[in-house]
Amino acid sequence: MVFARKESPNVRRLLIGGALLYLTLFIFLPLFIVFTCALQKGIVFYFSSLKDVDTIAAIQLTLITALIAVPLNLIFGVAASWAIAKFDFRGKNFLLTLIDLPLSVSPVISGLIFVLLFGLQGVFGPWLRDHGWRIIFAPAAIIIATIFVTFPMVARELIPVMKAQGNDEEEAAITLGASGWKTFWYVTLPNIKWGLLYGVILCNARAMGEFGAVSVVSGHVRGLTNTLPLQIEILYNEYNFTAAFAAASLLAFLALLTLVIKCLVEFRFRDELKAVGKQGIH
Amino acid sequence: MSIEVKNIVKTFDNFKALDDVSVKVQTGELIALLGPSGSGKTTLLRIIAGSETADSGDILFHGEETGDKKTKDRNVGFVFQHYALFRHMTVFDNIAFGLRVAPKRIRLSEDKIKTRVNELLHLVQLNWVGTRFPSQLSGGQRQRIALARALAIEPKVLLLDEPFGSLDAQVRKELRQWLRRFHDDLHITSLFVTHDQEEALEVADRVVVLNKGKVEQIGTPEEVYHKPASVFVLNFLGNVNLFHGRVIDGKPYLGNTPAGLSQGANLNNKFVNLYVRPHQFDVDRQPQGYNCIKAVIKYLNLAGSSVKIDLISETGNPLQVEITQQEFGRLALVKGEEVFVSPKDITFCEYEI
Repeated sequence: MVFARKESPNVRRLLIGGALLYLTLFIFLPLFIVFTCALQKGIVFYFSSLKDVDTIAAIQLTLITALIAVPLNLIFGVAASWAIAKFDFRGKNFLLTLIDLPLSVSPVISGLIFVLLFGLQGVFGPWLRDHGWRIIFAPAAIIIATIFVTFPMVARELIPVMKAQGNDEEEAAITLGASGWKTFWYVTLPNIKWGLLYGVILCNARAMGEFGAVSVVSGHVRGLTNTLPLQIEILYNEYNFTAAFAAASLLAFLALLTLVIKCLVEFRFRDELKAVGKQGIH
Repeated sequence: MSIEVKNIVKTFDNFKALDDVSVKVQTGELIALLGPSGSGKTTLLRIIAGSETADSGDILFHGEETGDKKTKDRNVGFVFQHYALFRHMTVFDNIAFGLRVAPKRIRLSEDKIKTRVNELLHLVQLNWVGTRFPSQLSGGQRQRIALARALAIEPKVLLLDEPFGSLDAQVRKELRQWLRRFHDDLHITSLFVTHDQEEALEVADRVVVLNKGKVEQIGTPEEVYHKPASVFVLNFLGNVNLFHGRVIDGKPYLGNTPAGLSQGANLNNKFVNLYVRPHQFDVDRQPQGYNCIKAVIKYLNLAGSSVKIDLISETGNPLQVEITQQEFGRLALVKGEEVFVSPKDITFCEYEI
C-alpha cells in the first residue's frame, strides 16, 4: 500500500542530507585517506612495498585462510539454518544462541579460547606436543580461529530467508516424487542462493579482515603466521606508514571488489530477482 | 483408486488432532473434509499424503497398506492452499518438475515432457502462460497451475488443502465450479479440505464433517444438510433457530401445540430442543394453524435470492427467518411490524436430560 507522503520537502532533504553526511564522514573519507596515504610516495613505491616478502606471505596466508574457512562455513551455515528454519526440535533456541556467540564475544576472547585449548598449558597442549603437532602460533590456529569467528555469517543471512519461505515448496517437490537431494538441489538451493551469496561475501570479508582473534593465536612470526591485517599493524608500528596503507588499500580493494561483483550479479539476474522477490513471503 | 483410513489417531504434544478417524473414499469420488480450524481436517489430508505419520491406524490405497510408504512413493497429487509453486521456475518448468525428477529408467524424454506439459496447460486453459513466472499470475491462475503440476505425475489420488482458501470470493466461486466439471471429466479420486460449508455442499459427492478430531457425520450434501447427525453438524452447515419443547404422547410439542414431527420418541413428558432452519417457517399476519410465534420484525435484508428477516419473539428470543421474494412481495412486510411465524418442519430434535 502506498500512503501519501506527509513530510514536507525540507524534512526529506534533511533526512537524505543527514544520511549522506554521515556516510561521507565515516565511510568515504576514511576510504579516501587509505588510498591517498598508500599512494603518497608514488605508484612505484606502492607496488614495491606490496612486493615485500613478508607482505606477500601475509597475503598468501590470508587467502588460504579464507579459502578454507569460507567453504566450511558455507556448508555449516546451510546445514544449521536448514535445521533451524525447517524443523522443530528441543534446544533450537540454544543452537541459535550458540551460532550468535562469536558475534557477541570479543574476538580477543575467541582467540584466547583456542590458546586455552591448544596452547602448551592448554587442555590438549601436552597431547599435541607429544605427537609433534603445533597449532597455536602456527597457521592452523589462524584458520581455526577464523572459522570460529566467521561461522555465524552465512547462517545468520540464511535463517530469516529460509524461515520466510517455509516448507511448502519442499513438500510440493517431495509429493511430486523428488528425492531429498533433488529437492535440495533444485528447489531449496535456488531459493536461497541470494541469501547465500550475501552470506559468503560477508563471511569472506570477515575472514580476510579478522584481527583480534587471529592476533591472539598467531604469535606474529613474520612471513609465517602473519595475515594481512596483522602485517598492516606491524608495518604501522614500525612507522612504515606508506607500506601499511598500501597493504590496507589491498584489503579495502578486496572489499570493494566483492561489492562490485555483488552489484554485477544483481544486475545480471535482475529479472529473476524481481520475479522471486515479488512472491516473497505469503 | 479407493482410499481407506481406519482408526487414525494423531497427537501433537498434548493436543489430540485426530481421534479414531475412519473414512472410506470410493474410486473416482470427490470428497470434502469439512470442519472448523483445529478440527484435524488438514492433518488427515497430510497423513494420507504421507507428510505426517499417524500415531496409530491404517491407511489403505486400493486395499493395500500404505502407511509406511514414503510420500514420494505414494503417487499422490497435492495442491496447497498457498500454491507452493517453485517461484524461481517458469510455469512450464513448474509443471515439468515431477516428470524431470522421476528416476532415469521411467523418465520421459524431454520432447515427451514438453508435449505432456503443453497438454496440461491446455487442460487448465492456460496455454499462454508457460514462459511466465508464478509471481506474474493471478491467484486463480496460480492455483490452476498448481493443479496441472500435481496432475503431471498422473497421480492416482488428488489431495487439495483448502485449494480456494486464499482467493477472493468471485474467483473462488468460479474455480470451485471449474473443479467440479474438471473432476467430472477426469474422475480421479479426490479429497479436498475446506472450512467453507457452501463450498463443500456445492462441490463434493460426499462430505466428511470433522470436529475436534472426530468424524461427526459422513454423507451426501443433502444428507448432512437435511439430516444432520448432531447439533454440531446442524450448526456448522447453516443458520438455525433453537426452540425448547416437550414430548407429549410421543410427539414433540412446541409451546402448547404438537410440532407436526415424525421424529418424536416414546419418551413422554421429556423436554426437547427443536432446531428449525430459517427457510422452514411460514410467515403471516394472522395466526395460522398450530405453533404460531408472535414476533416483531427487526431487520429486513432483501439482497439475494430470498429475503432474510430478523425478528424478536414475544418471549424475547431472536429469530432468523427466510422467505421467498414472491412471498415477501405478497405480504409486503415492513420493519417494526408484528407477525406470526410458524415452523413448517423441524430439522433436528434433541432430548434434554
